Parts: sequence; structure tokens; C-alpha cells
Amino acid sequence: MSAKVLDALKAAHGAAIDSVETQHGDAIAWVVRDRLLAVATWLKSDPAMAFDAPVFATCIDRLDWKPIDVPPGPPVYPASAGWTEDRPRFEVVYQLRSTRHRHRLRLKCAVPEHDARVPSLSSLWPAFNWQERETFDMYGISFDGHPDQRRIYLYDEFVGYPLRKDYPKEKRQPLVRRDDLPINPIKVPGGHR
Amino acid sequence: MAAPSTPTGPGDASNRSLKQLVLGRRDVQDLSDTEQELPSELMTINMGPSHPAMHGTVRIVLTVDGERIVASDVQPGYLHRCFEKESEYATYTQVFPYTDRLNYVSPMINNCGWAMVAEKLMGLTGKLPRRAEYIRVIVSEMSRMTDHLTCVGASAMELGAFTPFLYLLKCREWLYELLEKVSGARLTHSYVRIGGVGKDLTPNFDAELTLCLDQIVKVMVECESMLNHNKIFRDRMAGVGAMSKDDAIATGCVGPIARAAGVDYDVRKDYPYSVYPELEFDVPVGTTGDCYDRYLVRIEELKQCIRILRQCLKQIPDGPVMVDDPRVALPAKAATYNTIESMIRHFKHIMDGIKVPAGEAYAFVEGGNGELGFYVVADGTGRPYKAYVRSPSFVHLSTASQLIHGHLIADVVPIFGMINMIGGECDK
Repeated sequence: MSAKVLDALKAAHGAAIDSVETQHGDAIAWVVRDRLLAVATWLKSDPAMAFDAPVFATCIDRLDWKPIDVPPGPPVYPASAGWTEDRPRFEVVYQLRSTRHRHRLRLKCAVPEHDARVPSLSSLWPAFNWQERETFDMYGISFDGHPDQRRIYLYDEFVGYPLRKDYPKEKRQPLVRRDDLPINPIKVPGGHR
Repeated sequence: MAAPSTPTGPGDASNRSLKQLVLGRRDVQDLSDTEQELPSELMTINMGPSHPAMHGTVRIVLTVDGERIVASDVQPGYLHRCFEKESEYATYTQVFPYTDRLNYVSPMINNCGWAMVAEKLMGLTGKLPRRAEYIRVIVSEMSRMTDHLTCVGASAMELGAFTPFLYLLKCREWLYELLEKVSGARLTHSYVRIGGVGKDLTPNFDAELTLCLDQIVKVMVECESMLNHNKIFRDRMAGVGAMSKDDAIATGCVGPIARAAGVDYDVRKDYPYSVYPELEFDVPVGTTGDCYDRYLVRIEELKQCIRILRQCLKQIPDGPVMVDDPRVALPAKAATYNTIESMIRHFKHIMDGIKVPAGEAYAFVEGGNGELGFYVVADGTGRPYKAYVRSPSFVHLSTASQLIHGHLIADVVPIFGMINMIGGECDK
């Protein structure tokens, strides 16, 4: 079932697809970043695809990616291959599901560190609104065309992106220092947030 | 005084048009004399992060016109404990206690989901002993029951019906006691392992669960007779927070919320896993998508859970509860203490973790609130390179702003009760 979706996707948008792969039965398509919105629009509207339900959106940071004991077989870009400096650091992942056909597809977009932005898919699937905010909050990926891009779990004053591999796990950033409490009341820019 | 006034500036004009558009109301100077004595303007109030009528800690900044909500900003994150960052530093086995604390009302289902994603990456899906699969289904369905009992009971309490709350939590406690006997912990079980479950069921589990289910059936009859046709309950629930079928699909809703809106989607039926294909059960689907339908769907799912559990108790085979695969199973205790090879294997297993081959997979189960999935990128070591949880509560909470729009402040309580936002799962 997954091979059929990938074949149809390659036939319709060959130029926009970098490569396709199947891992453990999950269909994965690598999409060129500039064409992501066009491919996603087609996936949603085409009756044979009909990806009407969003599942999740997230990001992978390949900074320390050094896989060991890679299973035999042809190396697949880049999940089971080693990460090198010239490859884009981030991968933005969108998982889609079709209620009618019951197939699933994972879209991936390679995003370089110096230009960490992808087109937002929240206009097509409203569920991605919050999930893209979460990805922005945790990885610092900027979503072009997002209606309300701000942090969702963390507070606006937080510095850095905690799920990036170069953010230390032990680092603490309390919003209010305990010894500050009696003297300085909490001042939050932007009113009631 | 009542003559229409001309706008004095561009800001004023846009304010008025927005107000008239949203509220159908005029500016203060346009009101009649009697109306002017009680002018009202939009007010911003905070609901939460800690509020007696809210499940979990979530803050809602409400903009209200009198009692009616015209805009809202829902802000989760007060319970963020970095589940995903912590998972990257823990072995696959050490992540189980973290998953317990995601949806802490149904931890067994989270355990199963995490075990399944590791098994998918290791190629163990479908190779587990049948008794282990049956035990997983039994504890999952018991967890689903505790989830729904809590949701229905707490929502009824928030609407003033305290008796059903006590009755339903009494049932939940019976189930917790059984799960405690099986796993050793009342709430954070950490019972499931990669490749099976931690230990076998207790010797007379069969009889105890049967007795427990018989009692729950009786209590549910009582609770339904108190709630289903209760005028106050129905007035507060019916027609409140309704969602259309298309909206439910596009906003990613799953589980009882989507099913109440008429979306016939249940992971157990659409993408069957474990031994669910061998079990007979129905998926209740609502029509109106309002809070009352969500309540009815949950009640019906409770009955289906009982049906599944009774079948499982009849069909469960004897046998091992852990797959016989040295990659995931610990060596037998006697061998660990008596042979050096087993001792080394035991040590490596605990210290280095289970070696999951490089690759990525997304595995999902039907949780109490719908599709609960784990997306893992493995790099061949004993720790996940990346772990992501697709938490249904987070997705459902993102629709809350749209659901409470135009309702009264008092309606926030049943809408949030029926969304069943679990703070631990939503905030990760």
C-alpha cells in the first residue's frame, strides 16, 4: 500500500521529490523545501491520495548523528548513513493519514542550519498550527506563513531551543529567581502573556 | 443621543466594525439612555493555570463580553517535563517510567505504545508470545476503563453531580487495585517490557477481574440512570462544544472526540495491532459531536471494554510472557548467578540498554483519548537518538479555543471535561 502512494507521488511530482524510501512499512518521501506546499496541497486534494488527516509534525536534529551497526543493504539517504558536515542539519517531518484510503505518508524536508525555515502547512491542516509552534519552540525552525508563530510550552523569555542536540540537558533557565521574588515583581513584556 | 455617530478616527472605525461584526453591538454613544447606564465592554480574564474546575494545569486567557466568550488563547506548558529530551539520554527500558507519567490515567497503554515502537524497529512485531499479547490487551483495556471512568466521573462532578463521581472512582479504584496486584504499583505501573510484559498475571486474576467487571456493570447502570436523562446534565452537555465531522478530521482529532463527531476511526479496527483482530467489539460513533455525544461514546466504550476483557479471559492461552530473544530478554536469574556469560549479558543489558538497530519508525496504539503514537529515530545504540510522542491531548487542546468560542464561561467546564486534557500527556 505504501509503495503505491510513493509511486503516484513520484509520477505526479517527480521534480519535487528528492528520494523515497520505506522503513519498517512506513512510507517516507523527501520533498524539496520550495515545493513542499505544492506537494502537500496536491496530496490533500487528489482523490486517490486524500490525505485529509494530519498526524504529527516534528523535527530531527542530525548534529551528532553517527549510527552504529547499520543493518546490511543499500544505504538509504540519510537515515542509516552517517551525517556529514555538508548535509543539512535539520529534517522537518510531517506525518499524514488518509481517512478514506487508510494509507499513511511521512514527508521530510531537509533544512540547513543557517536558513532554518520551511513553508507552513497549517493553512492546509489546522492541527499543524500548534505542532509547528511546538517545533519552533523546541528546534527553532521558522515556519513561513504561520499565522501565530510563538513559543507554546516555554515562556517567551527562554533563550535557545532545548531539543537541539547542542543544548545541554542540565542547563537551567528559571523564569523567576527565588531570591529575586520579594524585590522585583515579575515583569512580562507584552501584557498578560 | 441615539442617533448614529460618525467615526472619529480610523482606529475607532475598525474597532466599531469589529465589535459590530462579532457582537452585533454598537458603540457606547450609539446606545439608548437606559442602555448607557449599564455599558459593558470586552474584558480579559485568566482561567487557570490552576483552577478548581480545570483538568490539569492549563491557562486560558479569555476575552469575554459579559458572560460570552469572544476570543480565547489557550496556553499549555505548565507541566512540561522534557519527556523527549530525557528520553534521548535514557535507555529504551528506562523510558518506560517516563511514559507512565504521560497520560497518568492510563499508563499501561503508554507502556504498550513505547514497547511497540522498539519492537517495530527490531522486527519483533507479531513475534511475541500470545500470552504476552493477551496480557497487554487486558491491561490496556483496564487502563482505558480507568481513563473513561475518570473523565466521565470528573465531568459529572464539575457539573454538580457528586454521586456519580464517587461511584465511578470507586470502580476505578477496583481496577487500580487489580493492576497494582499485577504490576506492583498503583498508578505508575512500568509493567510492559520490550518483547513482552514484566511478569505473569497473579494466580487468581481471572476470578478477581470477573468479579470486578460484574460489580462495575452494576455501578454503571446506577450512574447512567443518574446522568443520561438528568435535565441539568443534559442541558449543560447537549449542544455545547459541537464539532463537525470535517473539522474533527482536519484538526487531527482522534478517539472519542472524533468518534462523537461521526468519524469512524479507531486504531484497533483500522490498523489492527496485537490480538485485537481476534476479539469482537464495536466502535461507537456519535452524530452531533457535542459534549453529550462525547459522554455517550465514552460510556459505550466502557461497555465494549468489558466485552473485550471477558473475551480475553476466555481466550488467553498459557505460555511464556516474554519473547525468547536474547536481544531483549534478560537471562534467567539462575543462569545470571551461576554462569559468567549470563552475568555479562545481564550487565550489558542493564548498563548499555537494548540495542535497537538504526532506523526510524512510528508506532501507534489506541489510547484513552485516541491515537497515541511514538516516533523514534534509532542510531543503533541503547538510547533513542530522537523520541517524539504524538499526544492526543495536545492535538485536542488545540481545538479548544475554537470549541469554546461563543459559549458562556460556564460552558468551558463541560467542554474541557469532555476534551479530557491530561496535563502530563499534553505538556510532555
